[in-house]
Amino acid sequence: MTTSVLFDAPGPKTVARHRAYTVVSVVALAALVAFAVWKLYDRSQLEYALWEPYVTPKYIQYVLVDGLLETLKMAFFSIIFAVVIGLFLGIGKLSDRAWIRWPAWLVVEFFRAAPVLLLMVFAFYLLAIGNGPLSPFWCVVIALTLYNGSVLAEVFRAGINAVPTGQSEAAYAIGMRKSQVMTSVLLPQGVKIMLPSIISQMVVALKDTSLGYYILAPGLTAVGKPIYLEFRNQVPTAIVITALYVIVNLILTWIATRVQKRLVGEKNPLELTRVGNLDGGRNT
Amino acid sequence: MDAVFSNFDDYLKAFGLTIGLFVVSGIASLIWGTILAVLRVGPVSILNKAAALYVTLFRNTPLLMIFIFMAIAMPVLGYNFKFVEDVEIGGWNVSAFFVRSCIALTLYTSAFVCEAMRSGVNAVPLGQAEAGRAIGLTFSQSMKLVVLPQAARAVIPPMTSVLIALIKNTSVAAAFGMAEAVATMRALTNNNADQRIGIFLAFAVGYIVIVEVVSLASYAAERKVKVAR
Repeated sequence: MTTSVLFDAPGPKTVARHRAYTVVSVVALAALVAFAVWKLYDRSQLEYALWEPYVTPKYIQYVLVDGLLETLKMAFFSIIFAVVIGLFLGIGKLSDRAWIRWPAWLVVEFFRAAPVLLLMVFAFYLLAIGNGPLSPFWCVVIALTLYNGSVLAEVFRAGINAVPTGQSEAAYAIGMRKSQVMTSVLLPQGVKIMLPSIISQMVVALKDTSLGYYILAPGLTAVGKPIYLEFRNQVPTAIVITALYVIVNLILTWIATRVQKRLVGEKNPLELTRVGNLDGGRNT
Repeated sequence: MDAVFSNFDDYLKAFGLTIGLFVVSGIASLIWGTILAVLRVGPVSILNKAAALYVTLFRNTPLLMIFIFMAIAMPVLGYNFKFVEDVEIGGWNVSAFFVRSCIALTLYTSAFVCEAMRSGVNAVPLGQAEAGRAIGLTFSQSMKLVVLPQAARAVIPPMTSVLIALIKNTSVAAAFGMAEAVATMRALTNNNADQRIGIFLAFAVGYIVIVEVVSLASYAAERKVKVAR
């Protein structure tokens, strides 16, 4: 019996009432699902011809290679770059020198508060359009790197702060320099605490790669369009592509949970400060 | 920058639309998210599972795919929401695009609202409710006086993050025919490519101002309900 802060353990009358609720809600949910299926059938969306591309090897290959693989590549590159940028900004925000701390704070706040799509469109116009040096693919990567880098800066800052102060005090006491304390005492212990948040951020990055649709970048969202334009199967396309995203994200979430349990235990994940906290990067 | 100032009307209109999307879908997702959270922590286990499934599904779907569902797949099923364009309230009417965008944003954001609510309720220690019952409070009294005030306090920070994410997510509507801030920025940049950096900064500042206002309001609310522990 799970106890909850919201209600007592039910007595016999309440159990009977809950059983009645269960029956009603099962009927309601079944009706909802039945309606959805009937609607699909009624609009002849369940016909084999519309689903055929998704069982044809040629199109499966197209969706997986030109779509999923490109999406994963974009997410991968942006997370790798974001970790590097986030590390510098996060340590910058913890610096004792105001002339490092303030710019780092400003950059982090700016890119956390601006929408990713705005960054993407800007990167697209600055670097890709016409004879720009980069493809839309890299514009997506740049925008996601800047955004996720600033979020990860917060993760790094919080992770380093989560290391008990006795650790850095002990390191200073045995005569280490500031950079030594950071690289050989705080970061190795902090990484363990940060890793789950970094993996969860990968889910965010992966979902945001779909925004590349607006600047003509490749990816899962983009491969749907030629298929539904050819076969007029908008509904099956949307369902299949969404399912692919959900599966990949669930796998990533599962890994993050495993890592969390393994490295951090059941403790709560890192507490990050909000965007727009107006403290000028002084939060410790 | 000149391009923004000479088109300042468009700039204001664009952010007006962004705020409109934010307010309408913010209120709708607070309501729908709260209903989901009630189902999620309620006593009926099938509804717990249904709400959990909803949250998992929508949290892991990119917002853009939900927009594609609403804008491209739903019309095939016969739901194009064109009927709202005939409804006129006080000389105002809304476009089908606006309604579709709000539905997509609401479906997506309510999953996060539900999780924020749930974490708020879970943050109240079990002993609090037990102590309330021990001193003879009825169920509704212990809810009203003990559990919910503490839960509300714990809910404010994650809920603010959800709302700030929603402000930024309204930009996705740009890809589906709404002339809100990002779409306007794109159009302006298209016509004034030489001023693209100024235009970008002007629009980024617009978003940052909205984010700061929401954030400051939440700090004020948080300070008001704060108690010494």
